[in-house]
Amino acid sequence: MAKSAELVTTPLQTTRQRRSRQERQNLRNGLLFAAPAIIGFLLFVAYPIAASVYYSFTSYSILQPGHWVGLENYRELLTEDPIFYTALFNTFYMAVVTIPLSIVLAMGLAMLLNLKVRGQSVYRTIFYLPTIVPFVASSLLWLWIFNPQYGLINTLLWYVGIQGPGWLGDPAWSKPALVIMLLWGVGNWMIIYLAGLQDVPQELYEAAEIDGARWWAKTRHLTLPFMSPYILYSLILQLIGIFQYFTQPQVMTQGGPVDSTRVYALYLYDMAFRFFRMGYASAMAWLLFMLVVVLTVIIFKSSARRVYYAGQ
Amino acid sequence: MANVTNARPAPLGRAPSRSARQAKTIRSIAAHTALVALSLVFLVPFLWLLSTSLKPDTQILVFPPVWIPQPITIQQYVLGLSYIPFLTYLKNTAIYCGLSVVGCVISSSLVAYSLARIRWSGRELLFAVIIATLMVPAQVTLIPLFLVFKNLGWIGSLKPLVVPYFFLQPFSIFLLRQFFLTIPHELSEAARVDGANEFRIYWSVIMPLARPVLATVGLFTFLGTWNDYLGPLIYLNDPSQYTLSLGLAQFQGEHNVLWGPLMAVSVVMIVPVLIAFFFTQRTFIQGITMTGIKG
Repeated sequence: MAKSAELVTTPLQTTRQRRSRQERQNLRNGLLFAAPAIIGFLLFVAYPIAASVYYSFTSYSILQPGHWVGLENYRELLTEDPIFYTALFNTFYMAVVTIPLSIVLAMGLAMLLNLKVRGQSVYRTIFYLPTIVPFVASSLLWLWIFNPQYGLINTLLWYVGIQGPGWLGDPAWSKPALVIMLLWGVGNWMIIYLAGLQDVPQELYEAAEIDGARWWAKTRHLTLPFMSPYILYSLILQLIGIFQYFTQPQVMTQGGPVDSTRVYALYLYDMAFRFFRMGYASAMAWLLFMLVVVLTVIIFKSSARRVYYAGQ
Repeated sequence: MANVTNARPAPLGRAPSRSARQAKTIRSIAAHTALVALSLVFLVPFLWLLSTSLKPDTQILVFPPVWIPQPITIQQYVLGLSYIPFLTYLKNTAIYCGLSVVGCVISSSLVAYSLARIRWSGRELLFAVIIATLMVPAQVTLIPLFLVFKNLGWIGSLKPLVVPYFFLQPFSIFLLRQFFLTIPHELSEAARVDGANEFRIYWSVIMPLARPVLATVGLFTFLGTWNDYLGPLIYLNDPSQYTLSLGLAQFQGEHNVLWGPLMAVSVVMIVPVLIAFFFTQRTFIQGITMTGIKG
């Protein structure tokens, strides 16, 4: 509080001086309060990002300090590493299949809940519950559910006369199994969509009803336009999320069988922490980052005309 | 809302009376049917988990399965909790969660206060930067951070996991900032006139008002750390330091077929989260909604 003492002793202040003094004090306080974030940003974000760029151009391994190799890591990744493309394909598969299904499912659930039936909060809790289960616990649970011989799913299929597949043990079915498991956890998006649905002006629905609009017309021309910002938001966040999808395949399959669940983040982890190829893994991380940025920009650009922001 | 519609003068000469009410009843029954069916689908994995964890050994690997354990036994829990050093894992997890929650609540509230309540040039820029960091995939910073912590000699301790929570937590900062913005500035001004300095205003005026949001932030941090697998996997290398997530996953690798104990320990890991959720459901849902576009 030395500053405030100074403040008092200064005679003949003009308003302007006082204001600039106040500004300076605000700046000092502002920086002081924000210090954790500023330090944290420099230490845990900015420096690692810069270092990661650098490492991606070196042969850094944990055992020996790396030397500069230029674009060699990128070249090897793109031209000599078939597993890199397998991992990329697996991640794209997960994104392309999971995200649309999860948007449709979450929206369907939210719309059902938005009918304001009795017991809404009970249903909401039930649909939300899977999302709070720790990933490791849910991975083990689903490993057991997908057990080809004694698991829940194949048992239920057997009741209706279907011989279930080998799921996580079968390269053709391992990714669909992971998709099913991810869909179990759509509760988060359902809650966010539900909040959005409750913001759609009710008068518009009533007006549409008076005009004789049926359910699909109302959904198509009213609900979806109003929900489009929410869908865009969830689309982008799910995309970022799925590129980092790691825990479930790591716990359940370790990438197998025959690399069918070796997703991008899993391959990156193996490179860095099993084969200790830190430089190579850094290059992978940067390709991932650039891919996410490019896809996000494409989504933003291509959706600009389709997304409706109320109040604009 | 349907009632409001019914109260209007009937459009196009249609009587709102019986047929409308019937349609409403039918719609409500259809909605309930769909919701009950979907609820079952979402709940069945939980029931399967619980059922397996309460079965005697002889009823787990059988086909067709025994749905309701005969008799119900806690044998799998006894087995599961003694196979792994459960209490050690629990203690490690509790330390990780506890320190992270404290660190996150303190640091994020300070930063959010600066962003929302102090007028200084550069705060918009800082906020934009903080939000932008949410876009950076963890994989990008993972390797350099690992090397930094390794050089500090922190690998094999909880430090690399906990310390970042005392600095930059974008998501929590965002939540708190949005809330701080809604508190009337007159409250701060009144305290200032009474001679309170900035820290005092933060601590005695704003923080008490923010309790529900602080609880939300704490809760999300608790869940995030309780759930965390990648962090412990990378930074912890001695089984005596393992958290529950890591310990449980290792357990699966070693004893591939012991479904009973595995399910029992999973139940034990889920229960605290469920309890936390049920006690704070409202705060919880609000928190998720706030992170939508509403903020």
